[in-house]
Amino acid sequence: MTFRQTHLLGIEPLSPPEITTLLDLADEYVAMNRGPEKHGTALAGLTQVNMFFETSTRTQSSFEIAGLRLGADVMNMQMQASSIKKGETLIDTAMTINAMHPDLLVVRHPHSGAVNLLAEKVTCAVLNAGDGRHEHPTQALLDALTIRRAKGRLHRLTVAICGDIAHSRVARSNIWLLGKMESRIRLVGPPTLIPAGAADWGVEVHHDMAAGLADADVVMMLRLQRERMDGGFIPSEREYYHRYGLDREKLVHAKDDAIVMHPGPMNRGVEIDGTLADDINRSVIREQVEMGVAVRMAAMDLLARTRRERAQAG
Amino acid sequence: MTETPAPSFLLENARLIDPERQDERRGALLISGGRIAACLTEPAEIAGTEVAERIDCGGRCLAPGIVDLGVKVSEPGERHKESFRSAGRAAARGGVTTMVTRPDTEPAIDTPEVLEYVSRRAQADSVVRVAHMAALTKGREGREMTEIGFLRDAGAVAFTDCDRVVADARVFSRALTYAAAMGCLVIAHPQEPGLSRGACATSGKFASLKGLPAVSPMAERMALDRDMAIVEMTGARYHADQITSARSLPALERAKGNGLDVTAGVGIHHLTLNEFDLGDYRTFFKLKPPLRSEDDRLAMAEAVASGLVDVISSMHTPQDEESKRLPFEEAASGAVGLETLLPAAMRLVHAGHLSLNALWRALSLNPARRLGLEAGRLAPGAPADLVLFDPDAPFVLDRFALASKSKNTPFDTARMEGRVLGTWVGGVRVHG
Repeated sequence: MTFRQTHLLGIEPLSPPEITTLLDLADEYVAMNRGPEKHGTALAGLTQVNMFFETSTRTQSSFEIAGLRLGADVMNMQMQASSIKKGETLIDTAMTINAMHPDLLVVRHPHSGAVNLLAEKVTCAVLNAGDGRHEHPTQALLDALTIRRAKGRLHRLTVAICGDIAHSRVARSNIWLLGKMESRIRLVGPPTLIPAGAADWGVEVHHDMAAGLADADVVMMLRLQRERMDGGFIPSEREYYHRYGLDREKLVHAKDDAIVMHPGPMNRGVEIDGTLADDINRSVIREQVEMGVAVRMAAMDLLARTRRERAQAG
Repeated sequence: MTETPAPSFLLENARLIDPERQDERRGALLISGGRIAACLTEPAEIAGTEVAERIDCGGRCLAPGIVDLGVKVSEPGERHKESFRSAGRAAARGGVTTMVTRPDTEPAIDTPEVLEYVSRRAQADSVVRVAHMAALTKGREGREMTEIGFLRDAGAVAFTDCDRVVADARVFSRALTYAAAMGCLVIAHPQEPGLSRGACATSGKFASLKGLPAVSPMAERMALDRDMAIVEMTGARYHADQITSARSLPALERAKGNGLDVTAGVGIHHLTLNEFDLGDYRTFFKLKPPLRSEDDRLAMAEAVASGLVDVISSMHTPQDEESKRLPFEEAASGAVGLETLLPAAMRLVHAGHLSLNALWRALSLNPARRLGLEAGRLAPGAPADLVLFDPDAPFVLDRFALASKSKNTPFDTARMEGRVLGTWVGGVRVHG
């Protein structure tokens, strides 16, 4: 098997064959999820713990369903309500959970690198469900699966990632993934939301939507992370929508068959026009949610297999 | 530290590094009454000297002890991180004979009473000399100046709010005006506070990829520009604690060229490490200011070689394991450095950036001069504060072998060259 990772902390450590292996397996799970019998046994007997230090409905429920469908025992921990308030450190919390012998630990944390730190201290497989502005690997994988199913490939596509790149872990994971799969990446947004040094990442940077979207195969919109703003990154929501919000007028610059993506949750009328988001001929936003479950099933399945093989090898 | 007059002895067969003369000689030092009595280079003279004890230096380097400007000893407040006893031991092992301590303790050293307390503690427990700095503003809060006169009389050698910037230009300029009249040195941390708020890395493609809040090195230059204007206005004696970016150097050069009484320092970690060392969020590499690009590191090494940047210090900042075992953004800043300053600095010599003499000018002579201390020289009459070291001896650093109570060094498991074989303070051997 080509998948050798013991954790899924980011896209950065994955090799292109590992990404392909994961997406191929996810394709199988898409078929299973659409069938009448939505139950596998790949994770039977394993315990999956979801630790979310930042609230999330979509990602957490997606991981939960993924685990349940593969037969894992799933437990959700609302970390904001618990020990953190009592002054326990992240590492202590991790050690406590670790002592209960979980097999899969799904973690979201508001600080970049926190999931890497945690993975060093526990013996189970850790899946990063988003850490600060660093990475959100399963989001990039589900985006990749969506693109591959719509376009038939991941290489030699032009993908425009638009909006608040600076605060987005989704953007970083997608840049890693699409770069590894040899697609051409454009970052489009106001200069205050493009991170410093982005031009050195091997991507094109545009501050104008028309130029950024020109002949794009994929238009990926990002949520304008209002809760992350110190204030003052953009003059106003309406100016942002006028210049960077995706509507039909701006989408004209992309290829005729370009697909529109959004990781959700959407701010309709801020970064994307509501009717465009709902247009089943252009928008694949709902497919993204569906692929999310399949990709997370595949990721947990592969990590469990690697662990099993290592245990057998001693 | 009390100066106990020791009997005469001779340190012979040494490679004498004299940053004052900027030369290197084979010879011997005659030590008497805790001071250097003579510097001997003629073999006949050395052989003919009558002394109680002769110490063979084995051809190794003998230099003035390091004057480390900006050491944090966590007394009062956090003695579990570092005490005068443990810091003194670490200093002796690192060839540091004078620790110039920072007032960023809990509480801050901002009254003559607290200063007297730490002076007593230092005298009782430290095997090396300690010179104390005091806060420039009360509580280091940047609002009201401290009792600069009383503090000076109680022994404060300089005034600094450490890594806190006095953001209010009026408060800062008044404090500088007052300090200038007293002839006191003010040490500032040039960092534009608004721009650098919340940042824990240097902005660029690496910090952006890692998703860390970052600041442009321009924040340092902006603050230095402001400070230079205030120095020009007030005529104060000013030292920038850490200049870490090439962007700041022209402003520094200009200020010196215009005759302002300005000097600058750099931390050893900014001369030997760069932003990529952060790797996968290694919190032992989290410093203030954050580690810079490789270009900046090289520019700083060059600035030390040319003399534009005057002082190299360890910026010794003890942190316990708990403060570092946190996500990068939450983790405390700073690294210990007393024991690793010399071998880390030797990297610059081995890489050809600096001569031993230029290095010792920055480690010993310049900081001593700037603070009005007698140390830093090998001339007759100078205190016998000395370090004997082998510049080439290799070793692998084990952080748990450090004498500091805190073990937060970025050099754990690093291969280093340069070992301290002996340290003397006032003619008394305190290490080796």
